[in-house]
Amino acid sequence: MHPFEYVRATSVDEAIAALAKYGERARPLAGGTDVLVMARAGRWELDALVDIKHIPETNVLELGSSEFRLGSAVACYRVYEDEQVAAKFPGLVDSASMIGGIQIQSRAGLGGNLCNASPSGDGIGTLIVHNTTCLIAGPNGTREVAAEDFCTGPGQSVIGDGEFLVEMKMPMPQKGFGAAYERFTPRNEMDIAVAGVASSVQLDGDIIVSARVALAAVGPTPILSSAGDLLAGKEATAENISTAAQAASADASPISDMRGTAEQRIHLVGVLTRRTLERAIERARENN
Amino acid sequence: MVEKVRVRATLNGEPVDFLVAPYVSLLDTLRDELGLTGTKEGCNDGNCGACTVNLDGRIVDSCCVLGAEIDGSTVETIEGMAEPGKLHPLQQTFLEEAALQCGICTPGFLIAAKALLDKEPHPSENRIRFWLAGNLCRCTGYDKIVKAVQKAAELA
Repeated sequence: MHPFEYVRATSVDEAIAALAKYGERARPLAGGTDVLVMARAGRWELDALVDIKHIPETNVLELGSSEFRLGSAVACYRVYEDEQVAAKFPGLVDSASMIGGIQIQSRAGLGGNLCNASPSGDGIGTLIVHNTTCLIAGPNGTREVAAEDFCTGPGQSVIGDGEFLVEMKMPMPQKGFGAAYERFTPRNEMDIAVAGVASSVQLDGDIIVSARVALAAVGPTPILSSAGDLLAGKEATAENISTAAQAASADASPISDMRGTAEQRIHLVGVLTRRTLERAIERARENN
Repeated sequence: MVEKVRVRATLNGEPVDFLVAPYVSLLDTLRDELGLTGTKEGCNDGNCGACTVNLDGRIVDSCCVLGAEIDGSTVETIEGMAEPGKLHPLQQTFLEEAALQCGICTPGFLIAAKALLDKEPHPSENRIRFWLAGNLCRCTGYDKIVKAVQKAAELA
């Protein structure tokens, strides 16, 4: 492994300055469970890792009146161990309690999961269906990117040299909102999704006012499916859910690999879309 | 040339103050810089849990942490688990239940299981299996390990 410096930044400005100093030969470090492994495997030749998890903004975990702020370095356990956050965001709990094992969840967070930009990232679809906005800081100031636009290819994201993800913001769930994430894996834990689906719904009585469905591990990036739009204005019936599930399967463009065939993955997307929509609707009804 | 950095931390209850190259993992720091070879390397990529240590009250894979990152932190390793002359109840029940063969995964299992019982003294079998999913054992299968944890929980 190429020897690199370790820079502990304690403010956004310090992190930007450190990233600017090393240019493309630096990367931000949060939980480290992906970046250290990849640095060791020779994915990049780095001169510095800039530790961003000692910055107040990247550690924020705050339920506001209209929005929820989730710092990019907040580890998974903080999401599911915070009773108020867990009660408001059971869909985020689904993802945070599924990424790696307990050891990984002590360090890794949903922000790093997003930045790692794996097509199979278990947190990314959930961020997408919560209408998450990502706040990115860099040498030219800050900018905002929607979670569904964040990943641009396998391991590729909109984060440019000198930039890093500071925090994610999502609207506070209103009455009648529910979300859920499920994946298919041969093992129960410590596995990579063969396919995954995150769904959210906003209900008004039995009518789905709006819905979002996002797919994992069935394309070069997580995919925001058209299935959610199909459900808008429709009743929450088995028939409408089934139509949405078919649309989600049609949006999947998987490859066949050691984890599963393209055909199996397309089938799984349909099953998981139905299940997560049903669970999201159930949660939406409880949230009344 | 990358210079070593100074790290001050609390390790198994004692203050430590040492120099380490900034790109070296906590696992290699413990083993090579601090001479604590109880923590084992398995996969070195965050899958197997053999290198599990307790960092500020949470279990982590020490291969996925830099030694430089622990500045100001508290770390507990397998070397700090037994009291002088007296094994920790989990160490005792692992022996009694023969919950190890080659022993490479054992320090990681013990540190992980201790963190669970410290937090939840009477976990269900399902909870134990879920909690230990990040620790792989290629010799015993998991039943003996789970039984040893259950026995330690009963003794508490």
